[in-house]
Amino acid sequence: MGTVDINSEMTGSVWKIVVETGQRLAQDDTIMIMESMKMEIPVLAPEDGIVTEIAVAEGDPVTEGMLVARMSREA
Amino acid sequence: MKKVLIANRGEIARRIVSTCRHMGIATVAVYSDVDSGAAHVMESDEAYPLGGALARDSYLRVDRLMEAAARSGADAVHPGYGFLSENAEFAEAVTATGLTWIGPSPATIRTMGDKQRARETAMAAGVPVVPGSRRFEPDDLDGLEQAAAEVGFPLLVKAAAGGGGIGMQRIDQERKLRDVVTAVQSAAVKSFGNGAVYLERLIPRARHVEVQVFGLGNGTALHMGERDCSVQRRFQKVIEETPAPGLPEGVRQKMISAALSLSSASRYAGAGTVEFIVDASSFDFYFLEMNTRIQVEHPVTEMVTGIDLVRLQLELASGIPLSQHQKNIVARGASIECRLYAEKPAKMFMPSPGPLNRFRMPQASAHLRIDSGYREGDTISPYYDPMVAKIIVRGANREEARSRMIAALESVEVDGISTNRDFLIACISTEAFAKGDIYTGFVDDHKPQLLPRTVLAT
Repeated sequence: MGTVDINSEMTGSVWKIVVETGQRLAQDDTIMIMESMKMEIPVLAPEDGIVTEIAVAEGDPVTEGMLVARMSREA
Repeated sequence: MKKVLIANRGEIARRIVSTCRHMGIATVAVYSDVDSGAAHVMESDEAYPLGGALARDSYLRVDRLMEAAARSGADAVHPGYGFLSENAEFAEAVTATGLTWIGPSPATIRTMGDKQRARETAMAAGVPVVPGSRRFEPDDLDGLEQAAAEVGFPLLVKAAAGGGGIGMQRIDQERKLRDVVTAVQSAAVKSFGNGAVYLERLIPRARHVEVQVFGLGNGTALHMGERDCSVQRRFQKVIEETPAPGLPEGVRQKMISAALSLSSASRYAGAGTVEFIVDASSFDFYFLEMNTRIQVEHPVTEMVTGIDLVRLQLELASGIPLSQHQKNIVARGASIECRLYAEKPAKMFMPSPGPLNRFRMPQASAHLRIDSGYREGDTISPYYDPMVAKIIVRGANREEARSRMIAALESVEVDGISTNRDFLIACISTEAFAKGDIYTGFVDDHKPQLLPRTVLAT
């Protein structure tokens, strides 16, 4: 079972977190929505798996490349 | 009018300062924590802090803006565009304290800000609107088929509470009608807490053409011609120009008449823009909305007419006779504006805030205007919109303007952030753009030519 790090692709802030730890996701499901420059941009699950960690809270500032969540690949 | 508070930031705040200075009017800037050293603050006569970086803690705080106005002794407020420029409560707060609001009345702002009421006002003034249906609540689909037939296929199902493309579905044939309407209703309940939807005619190849008006508040209005703003990405304008290429003169005149009758009917006061959707093949046009403020793209109009629209706003608001009359307003040549955005076009136009380590723009001239809120060394923060600069050119004709724009863009040097510079050059250079074959699907349809081939990670 592997871990997948999910990093923010841009600088901005966390607008809304839409999943919880333990939740099962399919590829391209929305994990959270970032806000930057008046745009809302979703962070999507790169593959199927289970959310093991949400590393940020709503309203937190994020920078490009920062870890925002972790998923585990299903066994 | 002796002192104007500018309730905005960036390039539009600087642009308003510049006209005020020419007219001998003092300026008051406001700023958020991250903007304390910004160009608009430095260039104004005095400045007041508003609060935190987030717009809702600063540029959207009516109470703090009113406090700054009182402390500075400003006698008028210019809202610019965006932020509180179309907020009737702010306009009311300004006028209630005896200050002059540089814009139309709060009642007009309110009417035009409500899609349904704006549509009714347009219809009453004899302005064509996009064929649409009544609202359908989730438990009420009575007469849906009949309404769809009246609107005509293809049509869009739109969430009444939606916007910006969210909660919108296309339907091409009646047999899918009920299913799609039900799906949009339930998605709308989840997204907006309101399941009401309506049907609207879809114009497959649409252009966005708008008319610049200037109402005198007495039931008459001037116009300064049209602008074509069809080239968009993420429902946001990227390239604007005047005149609208290929628009038949008869259609243009009808659009101007429609815009003027709407302005006159609402006794509109000040600068306004009446936006239309134009069918790119039939040139049928429909009212979209009226923006009750100065527009981002107003410089293209200024370039061909020589008019200073902000000056007109200040003149009207201070009750001095306008320096312009319709018979003297003549558009000469063609003008194009490109919006330089801090973004990554190849990554779905993702924002790219950061430091402007290098920021070199071409030298302004009679043919070239640069409006920017930034200087080299400034930081483009993630808190506000991604526009770094507006590049505006003028030519004797569209082709001359187009080649001047390419040259201007090629000399833009930005380092520290990603911009859409190359994307803009690619857009302007396409054969389709050169021929004037522009419509709102332009960017999507020409993607392979406009975006560099990149391998998207994972």
